[in-house]
Amino acid sequence: MSHSYDRGLVEDFGRWREFTAGMWAWIFHKFTGWILVGYLFTHIAVLSTAIPGAAGETVNDVNVYTYTIQELESLLLVRVMEVGLLAVAVFHILNGIRLLMVDLGIGLDAQDRSFYLSLVLTAVIAVASVPTFLEGML
Amino acid sequence: MSTQEQEPATQEQEPPETESPGDRRRAEKQRRLAADRQAEAEAATTTDEETVLLKVFRYDPEVEDKQEPRFDDFHVPYEDGMTVLDALIYARDTFDSSLTFRHSCRQAICGSDALFVNGSQRLACKTQLSDLDAPVRVEPLPHQDVVKDLVVDMEHFYDQMHAVEPYFQSDDLPEGDLEEQRQSRENREKVKMSTRCIWCGACTSSCNIAAGDNQYLGPAAINKAYRFTMDEREADKKEHRLRILEQEHGVWRCQTQFSCTEVCPKDIPLTEHIQELKREAVKKNLKFW
Ligand code: HEM
Ligand code: SF4
Ligand code: FES
Repeated sequence: MSHSYDRGLVEDFGRWREFTAGMWAWIFHKFTGWILVGYLFTHIAVLSTAIPGAAGETVNDVNVYTYTIQELESLLLVRVMEVGLLAVAVFHILNGIRLLMVDLGIGLDAQDRSFYLSLVLTAVIAVASVPTFLEGML
Repeated sequence: MSTQEQEPATQEQEPPETESPGDRRRAEKQRRLAADRQAEAEAATTTDEETVLLKVFRYDPEVEDKQEPRFDDFHVPYEDGMTVLDALIYARDTFDSSLTFRHSCRQAICGSDALFVNGSQRLACKTQLSDLDAPVRVEPLPHQDVVKDLVVDMEHFYDQMHAVEPYFQSDDLPEGDLEEQRQSRENREKVKMSTRCIWCGACTSSCNIAAGDNQYLGPAAINKAYRFTMDEREADKKEHRLRILEQEHGVWRCQTQFSCTEVCPKDIPLTEHIQELKREAVKKNLKFW
């Protein structure tokens, strides 16, 4: 076929309005998975301040590790992002369980409903966690 | 035969003096039919306004003003039970004879008219216009090169289908010359849905893994392989079949997006079959003894 028209990949994601449940589940799962990987590195960076902390290093007379945590937790942005992180982790776990069921061939006919269930449960858990994460901030 | 044919002629020459009850009945029926026909014609003229707007993808590398892809509008008079294919045929026969698309059986069995209609892969002959929102956007299948208008190049899809050796190939034949290779009812039920594939390519077109990985077998080919892998009359070839399927670009590429299962016009549970073959492939390789 010397002359033929290739519409390329770009238009795929231009059609997001037409995506079905399984496709959304896939996109959210990849997205949340990579956010968790990103968080893992941030987490390691914060925790690594405990190494000089163990040797007794301080900032303003406070142990450097304690100081880092206190400073971070005093920021509203960090508290809000913690709620987001919980939501991302909960969705990834719930949808991960859904995917494991799909791998085992269990309830494939309900795969769209189990995706919606993951979303609803994630929302409920994230909302329920707000008082805990924002304690003392508002 | 001949005498019967002559009779009406003689009757015409000498019309009966008295009307028989049969004549009255027939005349009454004629009047009723005529009235029906008139009512129908009137209905047709009043609903003439009811047209469906089709926006159809056009492209032809050999025609100068069609080299740049575009959408053409066709206003097709709507009729009850009209399918997208009917509307396309009407548009081609009435408005533009150069409008090109594949079709044959018009009953969802030849698999030649899978199109991208209002954002999803559907068989044009199996899709009622009444189920769609207007305007109806008709495009060729995504992820295949467009040859002309709604016609895509299916060569790669057929290559994938052939890659799984889509034919029965047991060496384990029955003794007698004319003896049948019997299949149990249960086994027939197991492969039943997978035998229904009409090679339309809708599933592979909907799969964004297949779009990004040209070597991936794709849902249709894997389903075809399922049909034979799960056929117990071919038990001696099961390992051979699984060896093809468990390759890097075989079943493991599937990420269970369910897009193929959603669009298959024959309602084949494609994702389920792919997942089952993944488990078969694992079972073949996992040995604890
Ligand atoms: C109980 C916890 C978890 C469960 C049940 C789970 C489950 C899964 C499953 C089943 C998949 C495969 C999805 C597919 O087939 O497409 C997956 C993918 C993934 N997970 Fe998790 N996961 C969990 C925790 C995590 C954590 C803590 C991280 C990050 C550190 C993570 C990062 C990822 C990433 C990046 C992918 C995508 C991999 C790819 O691109 O294919 N997951 N997860
Ligand atoms: S599996 Fe379904 S969608 Fe795919 S080619 Fe066969 S009939 Fe068409
Ligand atoms: S024309 Fe044969 S499947 Fe539609």
